Amino acid sequence: MNTLWIILTGALVAASCGFLGCFLILRRMAMLGDAISHAVLPGIVLAFLVSGSRDTLPMLIGAMVAGLLTVFLIQSLHQSGVKTDAAIGVTFTALFSIGVVLVSLYTQQVDLDLDCVLYGEIAYVPWDTWQWGTMDMGPRAVWLIGGVFLLSLLTVGLFYKEIKLCSFDPAMAAAVGIPVLFFHYLLMGLVSLATVASFESVGAILVVAMLVVPAATAYLLTDRLPVMLFLSMGAGILSAGGGYLLATWLDSSIAGAMTAVAGLLFLLSFVFSPRYGLVAKALARRRFRYE
Amino acid sequence: MKGISNASPLTVHDLTVAYQKKPVLRNVSLTIPEGKLIGIIGPNGAGKSTLIKAIQGLVPVASGQTQIYGKPYKQQRKLVGYVPQRETVDWDFPTNALDVVLMGRYGKLGWFRRPGKHDRQLSLQCLQKVGMSDYADRQISQLSGGQQQRVFLARALAQEAQLYFMDEPFAGVDAATEKAIIQLLTELKVQQKTVLVVHHDLQTVEEYFDWVIMLNRRIIAAGPTQEVFTTENLHKTYGGRLQHLGAVLSSSPDAVLPEEEPL
Amino acid sequence: MNVWMSLQDPNTQWVLFGCMLLGLSGGVLGSFAFLRGRSLMGDALAHAALPGVCLVYLLTGSKSVGLFLIGAAIAGLVATTCITAITRHTRIKEDTALAITLSVFFGIGIVLLTFIQHSPTGNQSGLDKFLFGQAASLVSGDVTQMIIVSIVLLSITTLLFKEFTLLTFDPGYGRGLGFPMGLLDSLLMLMLLTAVVIGLQAVGVVLMAAMLIAPAVTARYWTDRLSSMVILAGLFGALSGMLGTLFSTQVENLPTGPMIVLAATCFFLFSLLFSPRRGLLFRLLRFLRLRKTILEEDVLCALYEWFELSPAHFLKGCSPESLMEKSGKPLRTLRRALLALQRKGMVDYRKSGGEQPGWIFTAAGLQHAHQLILNQRLWDLYWMNEQQYQALSIDPNKGDFVGQLVPEQLAPILRDLDSYGLTPKLSAIPHPVITRIDQKRKGVSV
Repeated sequence: MNTLWIILTGALVAASCGFLGCFLILRRMAMLGDAISHAVLPGIVLAFLVSGSRDTLPMLIGAMVAGLLTVFLIQSLHQSGVKTDAAIGVTFTALFSIGVVLVSLYTQQVDLDLDCVLYGEIAYVPWDTWQWGTMDMGPRAVWLIGGVFLLSLLTVGLFYKEIKLCSFDPAMAAAVGIPVLFFHYLLMGLVSLATVASFESVGAILVVAMLVVPAATAYLLTDRLPVMLFLSMGAGILSAGGGYLLATWLDSSIAGAMTAVAGLLFLLSFVFSPRYGLVAKALARRRFRYE
Repeated sequence: MKGISNASPLTVHDLTVAYQKKPVLRNVSLTIPEGKLIGIIGPNGAGKSTLIKAIQGLVPVASGQTQIYGKPYKQQRKLVGYVPQRETVDWDFPTNALDVVLMGRYGKLGWFRRPGKHDRQLSLQCLQKVGMSDYADRQISQLSGGQQQRVFLARALAQEAQLYFMDEPFAGVDAATEKAIIQLLTELKVQQKTVLVVHHDLQTVEEYFDWVIMLNRRIIAAGPTQEVFTTENLHKTYGGRLQHLGAVLSSSPDAVLPEEEPL
Repeated sequence: MNVWMSLQDPNTQWVLFGCMLLGLSGGVLGSFAFLRGRSLMGDALAHAALPGVCLVYLLTGSKSVGLFLIGAAIAGLVATTCITAITRHTRIKEDTALAITLSVFFGIGIVLLTFIQHSPTGNQSGLDKFLFGQAASLVSGDVTQMIIVSIVLLSITTLLFKEFTLLTFDPGYGRGLGFPMGLLDSLLMLMLLTAVVIGLQAVGVVLMAAMLIAPAVTARYWTDRLSSMVILAGLFGALSGMLGTLFSTQVENLPTGPMIVLAATCFFLFSLLFSPRRGLLFRLLRFLRLRKTILEEDVLCALYEWFELSPAHFLKGCSPESLMEKSGKPLRTLRRALLALQRKGMVDYRKSGGEQPGWIFTAAGLQHAHQLILNQRLWDLYWMNEQQYQALSIDPNKGDFVGQLVPEQLAPILRDLDSYGLTPKLSAIPHPVITRIDQKRKGVSV
């Protein structure tokens, strides 16, 4: 049963990050996941200091605020003429530093394990259950991430065509009156939420990986956005399952193993993708030469 | 779309756009007649693309107002179709030609509604009009430059607008595409639509456009092609950069300044 | 005093020196990375070092810093190769390739790390310290290492400065000149990697990324020349290193690495807001001033041209309504501009007995408007006959035309202007009536 919970958690993280990640890589903001996952640290610490507890809700709110702040800062810097990658770099490192300083200064009050934040410990998920009345509802993380997953699915489902147009051709979207900036923040808000919700249970590294790797895998396999979204979720879930097996075999970090498997899947599609893979391209070139 | 009002499709009042240290466009005022094909011409850096972007509120302006059919632009967005320059989008986006054309329907659809059968049919028709119906399912990165341009045009058609802005649709396209675009422009004119086209090739101005706007940071001249497209104005717009004016003007009328010219 | 005291401590001196060097080389190399659009490369390389370090430990079982550095460098090289391969062979863009490599490598690193931890012989403590950095624990040996590496990096940069400049601005042209651009690019990458690797143990993964970005971006705000940018970035980096270290010695528990990054960020924020040429504040001020100038000039010109068409009204004045028609500007904007011009003594509002009052030029205003109009028409003339005037070598990017020429050059052009009938019709020499009104006005105001 515990195995199932762990895989389910990993799969939910992979699925929600995977399909949000598609939009990230299409809008050339892949590094944003990395940035947000680091920059939420001060939010978490402040929430912890203010509320004085390790309850999920205040931490979630704190991290969410910090995540949106990151997005806002990056956007503002970009609009005032800083290159996107430099804007991302300056913002997240500064926020992360603030976080580390806060942790060090209040080290007595803050019982936060930095390692845990970065690597996460998905193996503890099944024991942190949610009691509703006297009923045991199962692991809290599953509910939390499941909720985020449904929320993002619903939002993207409702605004699919607007988000698609904003990603493909923002100038035209603005010209027909779609609030491009609002959708930017909506999407990034969802990314922050997914990052934050997954954070506690699986750690930053799995989130960053799941935001880009399955999406990139899917991007090499298809030319249709809806297909890409589903493939990305599929690749994510597959990595979660495969990663768990790998981790038990090696007796190592589950989140790390899931990331490694995701990387392997990417490598496979990089080499063997029917249209964009190395092999297919080499064959096409060969055929071309013979003709 | 009948009976919108008698107002001009586009009026621009005192539009000034300034980046950093210099005005890019200065004191531009225009009133455009309905149902005309209008060329915007001028040398590089004259602010042609900036003009159509500023009119649509896509770049910040220092001063000025634009009105579409007598009302502010924001209220009239549905009446406006836009064909941006081809390079502005990522053609590796995972989508096919028909899908891009369908995007033209999004403004009309409004929130939450999905494109339906009617939209799909209409988009296919638009693709057909630009001679691209065979490529509806083709991934957009596998289209040639001219074909991509035609897909963009079909998307603008699908918008069913009254007023179109096209940013250099003829730039770097093949002969077939050029012909398709011309056919399309003519059809739009028959339907009493107004089309503003940023144009580079002076040789074809007289052939393609009923009206021209000659721009070099400010309006040098604007009016019916025969009246305005003169050696004098070309000189002022392009200056000595233009070597063979005689070849451009097929029937060079005497250099008479039109009345709009504020001299 | 307190700062002075802690400076006496040899340990602090070592740390201080090490961090300044780190900032210096980070700034210098970061400038090239920034201009190549690879600011986040440092971040990716720093993350990618983890599996390298773990593998070295797994293979050798030793925890020597030197071996770790080699492992990290090899892992970084593999990561760079991956990034290049992904962007070259697929349609995936560079940012995604970077993110993929970073996360997958780090993930693999964590698998190895935990594998070491759980294996019976393993003890991973120390490995992560290496990655997350502890500037305060730097000892003289580490710093000596840093000094050597920094000197090597800085000397290579100095020697190959011209080549790297070509690489950042125009690699195609550089190739044309016969420089091996691919090799130079790899070399720059390798140097970046080296800087990252030596920085790791001082400030850690994330913060090393910052040292490569923040000083470079900051320097960009103060100069447009690459050479001064590189020097400035080095300075900002060294200064951040110094301030961060000093500050962290003053407060207990304050970690050095993050303080250095925060110092660098403060420099950046200050430059973003207040740098005179590109800072937000001055840009906004310049924009507002430009807008005002344009408006006033437009109104002056419109008034001038209106009087040209109806010279009979020259002394009676022009009503705001006619001016509105002429200039196409809304009445309210027009009024504002006219009042501003009145304050500057360029125009005046005149009520002459019984007739409708109107706006007239003052002597100064007439002269200014005359100049503006003349300038504008001369430009028109210039564009019309650019070839003919080529010998004058006029800079078309300057606004002023008359000022670029000596009177002898100007005279024939003015004759040409006259032959087109474009000479401004209102003389710049004020009409006696205006002079009288001017004097009266000044008399009243004094």
